[in-house]
Amino acid sequence: MTGAQSLVRSLEEVGCEVVFGIPGGTILPAYDPLLDSTRVRHVLVRHEQGGGHAATGYAQATGKVGVCMATSGPGATNLVTPIADAHMDSIPIVAITGQQSRPLIGTDAFQEADITGITMPITKHNMLVTDAKDIPRAITEAFHLASTGRPGPVLVDIPKDVLQEMTTFTWPAEMKLPGYRPTTRPHGKQIREAAKLICSAKHPVLYVGGGVLKAQASAELLRLAELTGIPVVTTLMARGAFPDSHPQHVGMPGMHGTVAAVAAMQESDLLVALGSRFDDRVTGVLSSFAPNAAVVHADIDPAEISKNRRADVPIVGDCKEVITELIDAVTAERAERGHAELKEWWARLDDLRATYPLGYDWPADGSLSPEYVIERIGQIAGPDAVYVAGVGQHQMWAAQFISYEKPRSWLNSGGLGTMGFAVPAAMGAKMARPDDVIWAIDGDGCFQMTNQELATCAIEGIPIKVAVINNGNLGMVRQWQNLFYSGRYSQTDLGTHKHRIPDFKLLAEAMGCVGLRAESKEDVDRVIRQAMEINDQPVVIDFVVGADAQVWPMVAAGTGNSEIMAARNIRPLFDGDELAAGVDEVSAVTAEAQQESAQGESE
Amino acid sequence: MIERHTLSVLVEDKPGVLARVSGLFSRRGFNIVSLAVGPTEHAGVSRMTIVVEVDDFPLEQVTKQLNKLIHVIKIVELEPAASVQREVLLVKVRADPAVRSQVLEIVNLFRARAVDVTPEAVTIEATGTAEKIGALLKNLEPYGIREMVQSGTIAVGRGPRSITATAVR
Repeated sequence: MTGAQSLVRSLEEVGCEVVFGIPGGTILPAYDPLLDSTRVRHVLVRHEQGGGHAATGYAQATGKVGVCMATSGPGATNLVTPIADAHMDSIPIVAITGQQSRPLIGTDAFQEADITGITMPITKHNMLVTDAKDIPRAITEAFHLASTGRPGPVLVDIPKDVLQEMTTFTWPAEMKLPGYRPTTRPHGKQIREAAKLICSAKHPVLYVGGGVLKAQASAELLRLAELTGIPVVTTLMARGAFPDSHPQHVGMPGMHGTVAAVAAMQESDLLVALGSRFDDRVTGVLSSFAPNAAVVHADIDPAEISKNRRADVPIVGDCKEVITELIDAVTAERAERGHAELKEWWARLDDLRATYPLGYDWPADGSLSPEYVIERIGQIAGPDAVYVAGVGQHQMWAAQFISYEKPRSWLNSGGLGTMGFAVPAAMGAKMARPDDVIWAIDGDGCFQMTNQELATCAIEGIPIKVAVINNGNLGMVRQWQNLFYSGRYSQTDLGTHKHRIPDFKLLAEAMGCVGLRAESKEDVDRVIRQAMEINDQPVVIDFVVGADAQVWPMVAAGTGNSEIMAARNIRPLFDGDELAAGVDEVSAVTAEAQQESAQGESE
Repeated sequence: MIERHTLSVLVEDKPGVLARVSGLFSRRGFNIVSLAVGPTEHAGVSRMTIVVEVDDFPLEQVTKQLNKLIHVIKIVELEPAASVQREVLLVKVRADPAVRSQVLEIVNLFRARAVDVTPEAVTIEATGTAEKIGALLKNLEPYGIREMVQSGTIAVGRGPRSITATAVR
């Protein structure tokens, strides 16, 4: 058979069900046998970036490896953003790219790009296949690397003449990865050390990250939490790993976390980090983060441990095995030496929860509240739906005002903060879970980056639901401009309010979707319910919401978590008399840091 | 405290492995003092000796990040006292007949070798620790160094143990 046939056979054997891609010159040979495959479905996307995010959505929604395919040169470079995104969020995807034929490599041939060189820093691993007989092994290794250890993206670059040459196909293919041995079993001594700390701490917190979801360890986490009675915070990447409705859940930590979650970490004497990585958006200024906390840090990636915050008890291992062993060790420790009383700790946190619950004001100008819209979607679609966000204000509100009860019900771009993630990722999630309701919660800025995949959804029969939280602006940037740049709104007005360009309802209809619009509170439930009734077509709802709503609470970039503002001018944790010291003062302190951060910040 | 550390890194001899390693150092902001790479006694396995200037804490990050590269098989830090570390120097010194004997005397003192002689210049080969090479160069400097080239440090642990024995099957 040909290299191309070997590639398609390998994909079938490795269990790949769907490929999101676009053909082109150098990958053409692979598309020929793909036409005949009954086991691999190909979804023709409209932009390779969409294909990459769709693979990510597929992977996030299931834990299985997502696959995207592109031709050489621009096809491959269009995958760079979703690959970087998957790398930051540790999502198992395999990207297959065509490459110029071997004799042309290095000659600046047509549509030649050194994609293995380009993606070296943003892949877990990548490879250029130079012999057709290596294709089965390359695909086997790629799927193995992507899905084991700390998951991540793997790129396989295959020259056109390798796809065309004749080869023999043998399966299973033997892997040769002498340098790859992820540690999944935690060290018993470290587990016992951790158990001692967990039982003796007076202000402990379970700091839960995306690793718990990846390890499918939610059930174990629930048992550990209930055994110990310790408060749980779930990071942006871990929403749904622990039920929001559980009384021990104190919320999301970080820049837009709840006051109770941020305070719990700041005032804790023991942080039990499970599959989390002390990201700067969680810690705020690192030097003042959780100053009195000892740290137990469990992660499958040893490089994460003590990278940002020194761990007192490092545990390398898979979260499922770590938590399972912690449960046994904690049970033994409690039987032998008892445990610290957490009543006082809970009194403090309950007080904060009661005083500073998440909330929002209705916009003063009477326009529709974006928080209300998102909250209602969550309430109507319920905890069985999957919610996929873009990046910006709407993402934070979706993380805050939808109640997540189940693992893999919240998908978003956390680390890279990739605008335009929602629509294609929702498409991938819907392919993976066709029987579940998939809601993309998107912003008007994000939506305009990748909405062409709605055409894909309409034609391929992928009925996602898209809520465009249309505030007419790059909302998060505008919020920063309001807070830190004296309300000078430079280049954040998108005109989607002022000129209604584009008209999202008409745009949706033009792409073969049902287009709906809501502009007042009375419309909201009606259009959401209408969307819930439609299951044979994608639906887009243009929610025209107020431009001035802001995401609160907020830890301004460059400040410490103790300076968290529950709302503008309210800093509940800040010591001293100047409790009401306002944003202006903070902004003076942090102006420099803001400028640095704001460069990477967009809606 | 900023210190020099010598890392011996066993890697699979695959295309691009040097770029993966060097790219990782620059990407994470670690400064390479020298890097030497060559074959080992095992086919398909290369050995890099990387001298890096970092304090102890980031060194842990360097090795952990290096270990994540799929083509990296093993990393060992070689302590100066427990290893033999060598550099090679080739240096072309201005040496007309009037001063040539003085130059050659220095060469002998340092147990270096003259490998090329012309009426105007002598080319000298020297092997040794970074300190010895530095001292030699300091002594040759007054005569006029026309050109020099230096290898990165290579190093091997003292004693009978081998870092490749267990790592490479």
